[in-house]
Amino acid sequence: MAVFLARRLAYSAVLAVLGASLTYVLAATALRPRAGFETRTPRPPEAVVHAELRRLNLDDRVPLAVRYRTWAAGVVHGDLGHTRQDGPVGAELRRRAGVSVRLLLPGTVLGCALGVLLGAYAAARRGRAADRAIVAGSALLPAVPVFVLAVLLQFAAGKVNDVTGMRIFEWTGESSPGAGGPADRVRHLLLPTVTIALSQVALYCRYQRGLMLDVLSAEHMRTARAKGLRRRRVLLRHGLRVALVPMTAYSAYAFGLMLVGAAFTEKVFGWHGLGEWLVESIGHGDVNAVAAVGSLAAGTVLLAGLVSDVVRGVLDPRTRTAEVAAAPTTAAP
Amino acid sequence: MTSPPRDVVTSPPLSATRGGLPTRVLGSRRAVAGLALLAALVALAFAGPLASPWGWADTDIAAFWEPPSSGHWFGTTQSGRDVFALVLRGMRRSLFIGLGVAALATGPAAVVGMVAGYAGGWGDRVLMGGADLLLVLPPVLVAAVLSPALGSGGPALVVLLAAFMWTVTARSVRAMTLSLREREFVLAARFLGATAPHVIVRHLLPHLASLLVADASLNVGAAIVAESGLAHLGLGVRPPDVSLGTLVADGGGTATTHPWPFGFAAGMLALIVLAVNLLGDGLRDALDPADAR
Repeated sequence: MAVFLARRLAYSAVLAVLGASLTYVLAATALRPRAGFETRTPRPPEAVVHAELRRLNLDDRVPLAVRYRTWAAGVVHGDLGHTRQDGPVGAELRRRAGVSVRLLLPGTVLGCALGVLLGAYAAARRGRAADRAIVAGSALLPAVPVFVLAVLLQFAAGKVNDVTGMRIFEWTGESSPGAGGPADRVRHLLLPTVTIALSQVALYCRYQRGLMLDVLSAEHMRTARAKGLRRRRVLLRHGLRVALVPMTAYSAYAFGLMLVGAAFTEKVFGWHGLGEWLVESIGHGDVNAVAAVGSLAAGTVLLAGLVSDVVRGVLDPRTRTAEVAAAPTTAAP
Repeated sequence: MTSPPRDVVTSPPLSATRGGLPTRVLGSRRAVAGLALLAALVALAFAGPLASPWGWADTDIAAFWEPPSSGHWFGTTQSGRDVFALVLRGMRRSLFIGLGVAALATGPAAVVGMVAGYAGGWGDRVLMGGADLLLVLPPVLVAAVLSPALGSGGPALVVLLAAFMWTVTARSVRAMTLSLREREFVLAARFLGATAPHVIVRHLLPHLASLLVADASLNVGAAIVAESGLAHLGLGVRPPDVSLGTLVADGGGTATTHPWPFGFAAGMLALIVLAVNLLGDGLRDALDPADAR
């Protein structure tokens, strides 16, 4: 297990460096920070624009390799460069990341847990009404874009607020101006959490149902039943545990997908997080900010992959020693 | 590692047990229903404009925000555009994007995943490394960088979406291939001297078919929704052109006061997803060699 993890760690590190570098090169070649400076009113003199761009390492007349080396040297020393407005990227990145985590974490955890449970439940009741309802729901829910889901939920929440005459739901920003208590923060978090959970739950549910169905027909399940264990215990200890193993790999990827979708959720609910920053920075041609978000996303996705490897090692003892650690267990129980 | 007895020597003879593939597909009620619904939707999308008095680019300056009527079957938008014509235009766009992406993402994913899993070694590492690298690049950035080349929802957009969607499938195909490779029926075929392409096509593909079909059917809806997301950021289909995704997104804001643009577009999107899922589920059952019920 230790050797396997060390190899995975090295692989992830190489990939993270490659991903971050590629993001920087992509951003630096395609974005035009110069335009933002030249269109300021009053228009600054050419020499000022040039000096400013040069100072921020955004000058497109400097060869890309030189700019990349400057940026990479800074990153190695923990300096992510400066934004177009001259603030340090690192501080803004930390602040934005905090906002994104606070927004996304509850909904993601809820959606993942609920999806796994619903999927497993549907598989256990295969063909009955409950199964059919869950399958139909999980097929139709992904057909609704996140930002539409958010708008519909906001509408429903507004109705609930009107009917009850209380501000149960809030949906703009992290907290109301002036009142930043914990209760207020929770009220602001309710609707985003439901939106994110709903957008995640269907995919987890579909995937988990398929995995669970495979496991249910396996021999070890029959053996467990035959030796007199109760159905519930067999389903949870012998079925769900095995069916969760491939799920760990999937959740790492789903995490990456979620980071992408975050921009919409943040926009609709007025949270100033990473996704919003990425989209804005692309619009402004802010190369350093884009590269920073890209690097963080790359690191996070790879870290999620590593965590999922560890979890899989805990759930499935065979992968701790086996050479083919990535083989799924469902096909050969 | 134990295996069902039917796998001891050879892959189960698919055709002998339950008739040929077309028979089994047509025997599945869900597959037939899905196919019929999909055909009807395609027919509506392409033949509908012939029956409609309004083109999708026309504006009726005598009717803003008009509810559905005999003149405008699905009503009009805020700027007087005919919702029926717009929805059909969006359907053609979205069907093209959804089906195109599904084919372009699942096909290469199957090839790459099977080759990587079966060959192993350096080929495996390079292919999967490439897939992982695509996973860590922000798609929004790539789309923004390529947007001058993307045009308005043309084939380039399909390729871009597919490029980001194939990696997860390739991973699961590779993982299944790794375990199938060690199964007795594959080993037997290899020891009997079967070439790698023969083993992959004849012995691996049938066992992966159900996974691939399920994946492709999911990708159709996912691609349509993803396109609407890109369009929302100004990177997909651009106005005045429309896709179902952009119609749903634009109509969502006014759905409470003027529900018809949102309702009809969302309804058609749901029907497309439903049809593809029905077809996918039916095909999955028909193709799965382990599911002999």
